Amino acid sequence: MNMLKYILKRIGLMIMTFLIIFVMCFVLVKLLPFEPPVDIGKDPELIRQQYEARGFFDPIPKQFFTYIKRIIVDGDFGVCFKTPGLYNKPVWDTFVTKLPPTILINIYSSLFAVPIGIALGIFAALKKNKWQDHTISTAVMVFISVPSFVYASLVLYLFCFKIPIFPNKTILSVNAAGGYLTWKMFVSMIPAILSMSFGSIAGYARGTRAELTEVLTSEFMLLARTKGLTKSQATVRHALRNAMVPIFPSIIGEFVGVLSGSLVIESIFGIPGVGGLYLSSIRSMDYDLFMMLSSFYLLVGLSAGLVVDLSYGVIDPRIRMGAR
Amino acid sequence: MKAQDYNISSEKFKFRSLDENIHDKKLETKPVGYFKDALYRFTRNKGSIVAAFIIGLLLLFAIIGPFLTPYKVSDRDTRYANVTPKNELFVKLGINFWDGTTKEEWVSDVTLAKMLAIEKETGADVIKGDIKERTVIKRDKDTKKDKEVTEYSYTIDTYAKVGIIMISTMTNEEYLDIQRYQKETGIQVIYPITDPKLRTTAVAELSNANIWFKTSNTTPNSALKIAYDENGELIPIYRKYTGGFDQYDSIRIEGDTPKYDYAISKQNGTQWEVRLKYDEYYRYQNSLIEGNKIEYPSFFFGADTHGRDIFVCLASGARFSFILAIVVSVVNLFVGAIYGAVEGYYGGKIDLFMERVADILSAVPSTIVITLLRYHLKVDHWVILFISFFLTGWIGMASRTRMQFYRFKNQEYVLVARTLGANDRRIMFKHIFPNAIGTLITGSVLVIPGVIFSETSLSYLQIINLETGNLTSVGTLLANGQGALYNFPHIILFPSIFISLLMLSFNLFGNGLRDAFNPSLRGTEE
Repeated sequence: MNMLKYILKRIGLMIMTFLIIFVMCFVLVKLLPFEPPVDIGKDPELIRQQYEARGFFDPIPKQFFTYIKRIIVDGDFGVCFKTPGLYNKPVWDTFVTKLPPTILINIYSSLFAVPIGIALGIFAALKKNKWQDHTISTAVMVFISVPSFVYASLVLYLFCFKIPIFPNKTILSVNAAGGYLTWKMFVSMIPAILSMSFGSIAGYARGTRAELTEVLTSEFMLLARTKGLTKSQATVRHALRNAMVPIFPSIIGEFVGVLSGSLVIESIFGIPGVGGLYLSSIRSMDYDLFMMLSSFYLLVGLSAGLVVDLSYGVIDPRIRMGAR
Repeated sequence: MKAQDYNISSEKFKFRSLDENIHDKKLETKPVGYFKDALYRFTRNKGSIVAAFIIGLLLLFAIIGPFLTPYKVSDRDTRYANVTPKNELFVKLGINFWDGTTKEEWVSDVTLAKMLAIEKETGADVIKGDIKERTVIKRDKDTKKDKEVTEYSYTIDTYAKVGIIMISTMTNEEYLDIQRYQKETGIQVIYPITDPKLRTTAVAELSNANIWFKTSNTTPNSALKIAYDENGELIPIYRKYTGGFDQYDSIRIEGDTPKYDYAISKQNGTQWEVRLKYDEYYRYQNSLIEGNKIEYPSFFFGADTHGRDIFVCLASGARFSFILAIVVSVVNLFVGAIYGAVEGYYGGKIDLFMERVADILSAVPSTIVITLLRYHLKVDHWVILFISFFLTGWIGMASRTRMQFYRFKNQEYVLVARTLGANDRRIMFKHIFPNAIGTLITGSVLVIPGVIFSETSLSYLQIINLETGNLTSVGTLLANGQGALYNFPHIILFPSIFISLLMLSFNLFGNGLRDAFNPSLRGTEE
């Protein structure tokens, strides 16, 4: 009961935070002066009237309520009016077409990073203070520190230009690959997936190593060995399960975060994803597109944090939630 | 209860054992304080020492870097765009590395002939070392048939490759002055002008002043075709002097018979169209006219796609990053410490409210903050960066302080201090706060790489643009190099090395500091 109350409280707080930021963001965006776009060959007065009909010139509170009403009743998030190439297209439809590549690349890179990272971490912990551990720990330090755009350039230069294993500099378009879930598409995504995974592999390896070394030296491990379990039995059955407690929430968090993706990687590898759309909405200050994508990123960020926090308690009942 | 209720007058106190012998031993070693202890532990950690040393070097680079090169960030020379790094020392020693050269792999015979033509006309060493060749079968675009093509591979000097340029609006004074300079130094700057009637018609080469030879192009859109004479030599297309007004009385090139024209008069002789050897003209312009210390062009880290010296750009970008990060770190340390102290000490409703405010602020993505600030405030982007980092940067610091306060505020010594009548401020900052200093120092050091990384990412994604006057940023340099990665990987190389080294050494240094200040946290990750 206490737990349910805690979860509800956290969700309530999250919604409150979201709403406050959302309203502030909306007001600040709408405070900017609005100039109807100029479309060559069309009557500017007509365009002005179109935006007037959409309520762009109403007082801000009124605009806010129509905005909310449209979202709830019609699922209408407004139209793009400034972003090049997207003129007069509905925001939501644009967003939905950009979502698959982003999600796909993130899922691939998570699927790649999580097992390798954890395996490296376990290996390093078992070989603690031997040369294998030192090598892995040093590599982890390097890979955690070096920013992803440096890897991305390195991967591009080495594997796409110097030794052209992956001849495509950017990922293929949907038509060229014949769909998102094809092998061709996957191959063209490999450079991006690689550059995205290095950092998280290192992160998982470091976390797993730290947890596992701590668990391996704890007393119940000694007890397990005394009972007659072999070292590997004790490690797999007792140590690993305990070491995974803080790792699992971060994996779950990562899978919630797949929606948001990485702006840097998307812009380097020309992935037609949400990140690129967000950047162009920022550069051209396309009000509705910016509002929708900002709240999307905000929501993903907030819920990832929340899910991580809550899953701690679900995975490990020893952690009493809401306890002060 | 008021404090004065417990006021005991000082006469009632008296010293008890003033003339008795104290049997305690005197301490024989020097007392080891908190900071000394931390320093001792820190110096035991070799990785952190090395990291601190590297950070020192990077800082030094950022501080004195801009003074080590004669170039400024605002110096742009697109003719030297993308030239490769050149180290004068290596050039003098004749080491074939870091000498401003690059490999050209498997180019056509026309490309090679163009380079050889520059070499022949200017006498500069354009192609270094041997020329390798291979024969491949390629499909001809015009005839649509396969044919054997010879391709060449060689090392080329990216500086000498610029060769000759054309200036069509040179003033009469400058024209005369360069001639004077030529006579004084004996260096050929002005080269004979090519005859406009004989110049190539290939569109791609129209403005290329290095085509001093005859071509056999007939249509504008075809690739350059070189016409050779019966000996296989290039045929010069210099304009012959046909009498009349001639302002040129300086050095003439070899084989200048019959006399060539060295300039074509424009605007009735007030302006001239001339061909100049660019590195000599560059030297003339910079060291004589501008009076700066630049002689021949030589970029230590190469030049980017705008022809700017990467060394000075990187150093100024680094300087800006460091200033930003250190200022942000210091300001956030103060704001965060005070905010966290108030939260942690008073607790209850105040804490709850202040935590909510901090929670909401920390949830706002920095991209949103920066975008909104950018469109609302019409100020330079570096101001926006500062504001946005001040706005949300202190939250981590505040929560660290708050945690320390929760840990210590109910300890006995605090209760004693309160009983003795210490006021809130005294307890907070004299008694509890020193316990948090270790965490705060570690925290504020670790803020620095975080800020530099965000700044680099934001300018890399062009969400903010720091390019104004003499200001640039590492992120902008990286973005600039990203586009030219295929052909000119050196542009992105040095900024990448800088940022990677910086992040790595700050992380190591921060970990070392954390272990030194909080030995109990060793091994765990924050």
